[in-house]
Amino acid sequence: MNAPAHGHDHVHDDGGHHHHHEMTFVEKYIFPTDHKYIGKQYLLTGMLMAVFGGFFAYAFRMQLAWPGSDIPLFGHMSPAEYNAAVTNHGTIMIFWVAMPVLIAAFGNFLIPLMVGADDMVFPRLNRLSYQIFLVSAIVIVASLFVPGGGFGGAWTAYPPLSGDSAYNLTPLGSSLWLVAVALEFVAFLVGGINFIVTAMNARAPGMKWTDVPMVVWMICIASILFMASVGPLMAGAVMLLFDQTLHTGFFDPRQGGDPILWQHLFWFFGHPEVYVVLLPATGMVAEVVAVHSRKKLFGYKTILFTAVGTGVLSFFVWAHHQFIAGIDPRMANIFTITTVLISIPIAEMMFLYIATLYGGSIRFTTPMLWALGFIFAFLIGGVTGIPLGASGADIYLHDSYFVIAHFHFTFFPIAFIGTFTGLTHWFPKMFGRMMNETLGKIHFWGTIIAVHCLFLPMFVLGLAGHHRRIYDYTNFPELSTPFLTNIGIFATVSLLVLLAFQFVFVFNFFYSMFKGPVAEANPWKAGSLEWQCPSPPPHGNFGEHLPTVYRGPYEYSVPGRDKDYWPQSEPA
Amino acid sequence: MVSGGAFSGGGVRRRPVLPNGVLAILLFIGVEAMLFAGFFSAFTIVKANFAPGMWPPPGQPRFPAEATAVTTLILLVSGVLLWWSGRRFDTEPASARGLLAASATLGATFIGIQGVEWARLIGEGLTLEDNPYGGLFYVIVGAHAAHAVPALIALIVMWVRMQRGYLDAVSFTVARAFWYFVVLVWPVLYWRVYL
Ligand code: HEM
Ligand SMILES: [Cu+2]
Repeated sequence: MNAPAHGHDHVHDDGGHHHHHEMTFVEKYIFPTDHKYIGKQYLLTGMLMAVFGGFFAYAFRMQLAWPGSDIPLFGHMSPAEYNAAVTNHGTIMIFWVAMPVLIAAFGNFLIPLMVGADDMVFPRLNRLSYQIFLVSAIVIVASLFVPGGGFGGAWTAYPPLSGDSAYNLTPLGSSLWLVAVALEFVAFLVGGINFIVTAMNARAPGMKWTDVPMVVWMICIASILFMASVGPLMAGAVMLLFDQTLHTGFFDPRQGGDPILWQHLFWFFGHPEVYVVLLPATGMVAEVVAVHSRKKLFGYKTILFTAVGTGVLSFFVWAHHQFIAGIDPRMANIFTITTVLISIPIAEMMFLYIATLYGGSIRFTTPMLWALGFIFAFLIGGVTGIPLGASGADIYLHDSYFVIAHFHFTFFPIAFIGTFTGLTHWFPKMFGRMMNETLGKIHFWGTIIAVHCLFLPMFVLGLAGHHRRIYDYTNFPELSTPFLTNIGIFATVSLLVLLAFQFVFVFNFFYSMFKGPVAEANPWKAGSLEWQCPSPPPHGNFGEHLPTVYRGPYEYSVPGRDKDYWPQSEPA
Repeated sequence: MVSGGAFSGGGVRRRPVLPNGVLAILLFIGVEAMLFAGFFSAFTIVKANFAPGMWPPPGQPRFPAEATAVTTLILLVSGVLLWWSGRRFDTEPASARGLLAASATLGATFIGIQGVEWARLIGEGLTLEDNPYGGLFYVIVGAHAAHAVPALIALIVMWVRMQRGYLDAVSFTVARAFWYFVVLVWPVLYWRVYL
């Protein structure tokens, strides 16, 4: 070590050094470098942003069910406010809830623990990642309160609507929206690099690639997908920002630009992005399914190769979002084929999880219920993607409530059911206390029933012809028949029930954090490394004796052993 | 514990695949390559939308293809010199330092000439906002400059550290990798945009 002490991560250059480093108050409590704290910061920020996203959903669903009425806590909703609400609902839920919680919170918390490292390899870059993310969150929230209101051009931000304030009427809102998304991307770039380098270089001695827990693989593959797809969108974002602020015409046909170009740049990122959030969620489900059915994960390598294959394929399906954008029908055929192909590996992955359950001694703990709920709900989402992927059917279904229902049966399982799976499973490790199982089960059943009642009717609405971006259906008599109106109201009421059940979770979460029964180091009797250190792990995770790995993470119910689990770090 | 330089963190208890910093910069370069791929495909698609003979749009200045061929060459030579400097870093520090200085000087020359060309095109009336022809030119070449300038600064910092005798191999590799990226993306840019 011959570099002077001004390098990025110098403090961490030597495994033991940082223990002696004097930390200031800010370093210790406000912006720490410990991966576990950064993970928790991401988690809490994501949960806070979910309140915004959920509130918007509440407001626009109330408007749809009872058009023009006074919405409690919101008041009367104008068409512009409606558009801003749906736009920011989608943007926030994907970029400020699903991404930070699934990838950043769990990735930060779990990766070093699960690979047996004392921290991320670049702890300060890690802290920087959170700081940039925090700024991006502040910018997106601020964009809601500027003159003209928040941006209302949908989360896909198609130009010319998004590029010209003469159309969107929110010059500041639309630019701040774009800047916030771009900042968020930078944060995840920094974070993703850290995850991958940590998983590659900082693994415990003895840990072969087949000994790495599936969720670590999934988060790393997701980070690679994100990094490989985000570049072109960044290029597009720069051009769109110039269109907005400097009046260039990259996407404006009046100036010789091409609005469809944005759609390509956006969906080249946008489709892989759905796998970016999907894979970490399936990784958590894999861990929970194995631990709580006391069985080895079925088809470890197959799951892994499936994930990689899906990731590669996900770069060749993007135009299925543009079937009615005037693309060449021959191209539409190709994209139909790739889209239908991609549903095969995903279905296969779900079946491998079900095969893991087969013959196991299943324990219906709260995390296990969530994992099963994920498989059930996500299958509905995956199956309904197939008719959308067939270009002939999609011409009619595009931009209808059928699409809304489809992607909520994918995104809700991912962003919420997946998160609850992981959170209820790793809560004891994160906070050193157990969550209440009864409250957990009440929350599970309330949520899972309500969410199906919320989104299943939307398939019907979509097939009946409801378009996804209409503010008030009473102007369309044939679309506001009593039947259609009533199932819309049923969906909104289900949303209210869904939201109400989240209070059970919030209470359980914060109550258990401080008052729950103290958790032992390994309450689920699991084999992976994070359960072989204290709950919660101290700074540096494993103390003086960082682990060595002797076997895979899923050695459950091994014949001839008295315990039904076999920690990875236990010498043979 | 493996340690080596400012970019390499702790906790590495096995033979690293590559030093942490090198792995990180390679991932970062991958992202940057995709950024430029996005720009180039945007350029290609927009250009294809114009009727034959309308690109460059009438009345707009042409990009200086011949002069830029020379600057392209300068940049490539700078890359070769840097590669050479890296090879000699361990064995002949003095000549490594000289080669690094020469490489950085050529890099600075490239940036300077491009800056002058840029100013000349502004003078000739190529604008950012009138049509995507000028707009894409400024955005893409500007994006390249936004990488070249920090990369050049990194080279200069490396030279200073080398001079003072505390440059470590990993930091040098990281800085070199980034400059190679700047060098190698330019010929593609030249081919897509200028020709
Ligand atoms: C399993 C295979 C899947 C197939 C075949 C599929 C197919 C499709 C197709 C063809 C569309 C375009 C519909 C249209 O706009 O007309 C679509 C929309 C969408 N899908 Fe999927 N999908 C699949 C899985 C997923 C997953 C896993 C996610 C999320 C993680 C997802 C999220 C979305 C979203 C967000 C949209 C709508 C985007 C928008 O227009 O705002 N899909 N899907
Ligand atoms: Cu898609």
